Amino acid sequence: MTRMSSFTRAPESDYLVDPTGAPDFAALRAQPEFVALRRRIVRFVFPASALFLCWYLTYVLLAAYAPDLMAVRVFGSVNVGMLLGLSQFASTVLIMVLYSRFARRRMDPAVEALKERAGARR
Amino acid sequence: MTGDPILNITIFLVIVVVTLLVVYRVSSRNTTTADYYAAGGAFSGMQNGVALSGDYLSAASFLGVAGFIAAHGYDGFLYSIGFLVAWLIPLLLLAERVRNVGRFTMGDVLSFRMRQRPVRAAAAYSTLVISSFYLLAQMSGAGVLVALLLDVRSTGGQALVIVGVGAIMIFYVLVGGMKGTTWVQIIKASLLLLCVLMLSVFILGKFGFSLSNLLDRAAANNAHGEAVFAPGTEYGESGTTKLDFVSLSLALVLGAGALPHVLMRFYTVPDAFQARRSVIAAIWAMVLFYLATLVIGYGASAIVGSAAIEAAPGGENSAVPLLAFEVGGAVLLAIVAAVAFTTILAVVAGLTLTASASFAHDVYANVLKHGRPKPGAELRVARITAVVIGCLSIAGGILALGQNVASLVALAFAIAASANLPTILYTLFWRRFNTTGSLFSMYGGLGSCLVLIVFSPVFSGTSTSIFEDVDFHLFPLSNPGIVSIPLSFLLGYLGTVLSAERADAGRSDQLEVRSVTGIGAR
Repeated sequence: MTRMSSFTRAPESDYLVDPTGAPDFAALRAQPEFVALRRRIVRFVFPASALFLCWYLTYVLLAAYAPDLMAVRVFGSVNVGMLLGLSQFASTVLIMVLYSRFARRRMDPAVEALKERAGARR
Repeated sequence: MTGDPILNITIFLVIVVVTLLVVYRVSSRNTTTADYYAAGGAFSGMQNGVALSGDYLSAASFLGVAGFIAAHGYDGFLYSIGFLVAWLIPLLLLAERVRNVGRFTMGDVLSFRMRQRPVRAAAAYSTLVISSFYLLAQMSGAGVLVALLLDVRSTGGQALVIVGVGAIMIFYVLVGGMKGTTWVQIIKASLLLLCVLMLSVFILGKFGFSLSNLLDRAAANNAHGEAVFAPGTEYGESGTTKLDFVSLSLALVLGAGALPHVLMRFYTVPDAFQARRSVIAAIWAMVLFYLATLVIGYGASAIVGSAAIEAAPGGENSAVPLLAFEVGGAVLLAIVAAVAFTTILAVVAGLTLTASASFAHDVYANVLKHGRPKPGAELRVARITAVVIGCLSIAGGILALGQNVASLVALAFAIAASANLPTILYTLFWRRFNTTGSLFSMYGGLGSCLVLIVFSPVFSGTSTSIFEDVDFHLFPLSNPGIVSIPLSFLLGYLGTVLSAERADAGRSDQLEVRSVTGIGAR
């Protein structure tokens, strides 16, 4: 058992670089960490995109084909249309905040680790 | 228009002088293509985010959307929602990956793992077409604004002002490059945000911070009455106008992130993390802006009244200036006018820079010179192109004076959504996608959009068409998005699966790793 000092780096064989010292992209792409990271990202961004697009299109279709529903008053002169419109603002901000948190917690650390192994952070 | 043209011009000139000084001061190191195209990638996410919102919030958004709400109520609000929601596409799908893969232009990303020359050429053509549509709309908007705010009524006088606007813009781009242009955007966006926030807080205060109260007064002073609360005053006429509205919404939400001048902004920051922060900052700025335009629009209806707005020169576009005059007198009107003008200047400069970069980097350096231009030649070509585009847009703006070309902006979105977005998404997320698919999708999207536009009511057959005296329109919708966007996705798919060609495996590996992690990105 060798003692790891704080200066110890990962063993040479752990670096995914080709003989010229450039990142070995084929090897990186095959790394389980990379595959997992990519899948994690795709599983967040595609459903999130689909969700907001459907939600927006629902709103657009309601506005075009159900104006009477949009005109139903909720309180004062504020009606369903106004609230649905404002909720599009709210959902946009919500998705943005969720994605930002996802990226900070689940993407950035994994990206840094991979960069390290590709020799991008020396 | 009431107000004082001298005061308007003075305040505008002060802003212009300040921006020119800033451009001049920051431009000391504008000597390489990386400086000219991407400001050396040295802006922070926050700065670039403000600049992004500046690029995006054109005079059409400022005067147009608020004026539309003032005149037609809710239907204008629908516009602003499309403009805002659209930003989730760059946030979730594009910004970070585009930054990681490319360096200067959209063509960098699209041609990364394809055959360089044909794909770059296609990317450049689509960039040039989109930028021209957008430029023409902005320049003719400048003419309208002149009539409205500076009280210049003669065609000669308006043409002169367009020449002036064009000359200042060319100076920004030539001397400042991307760095100078970005600072102009930051200054303009800050002024614009400050202006709309102050106006809307004032209006809300006037109505006791009650949205309901504001809406009631807006309806009372609007020719549409309470119909302004619900959709349909503008788009609800018939089945065709409703479908046209759906088509427009689709083009807005899918097109915004694929506009070349928006994509190019992501290269002015050092890495993907800052690109993400740019989009987040831009979305915050736009949430505030579009909420403010809602208040300002209804406020203009409540305070000025829709009859007075329709009667003013410039019609709906005059709602915000009229409101400013009612609220703060000649000084506030002058400030609003100057901000609107600066907005046009800055947006036009950003567009010209993008178009010149695309021509010099994609067409000249990579297609004509096979990626090996002589040292310094690419930058020289970029600058010459900027001057040529600037002069063409001046000429186009003068020719378009008095024409109704405001709808060109919506068409630019439709072209971006059809010609660019499918190819960008396929390139980034579908490994099998190849050169044939790229060309099918880009030329198919671009071509179908242009053909549908030529045969639409925008060109002929109605009283608001560009050629109102002839009628050769065959396609009923003003916006082609609902047909051309799915068509382009389909063509990209078919082109790929029908050709035996495979994209280069090594480059595909590199694109996949690089787009996610930024390894190897510059």
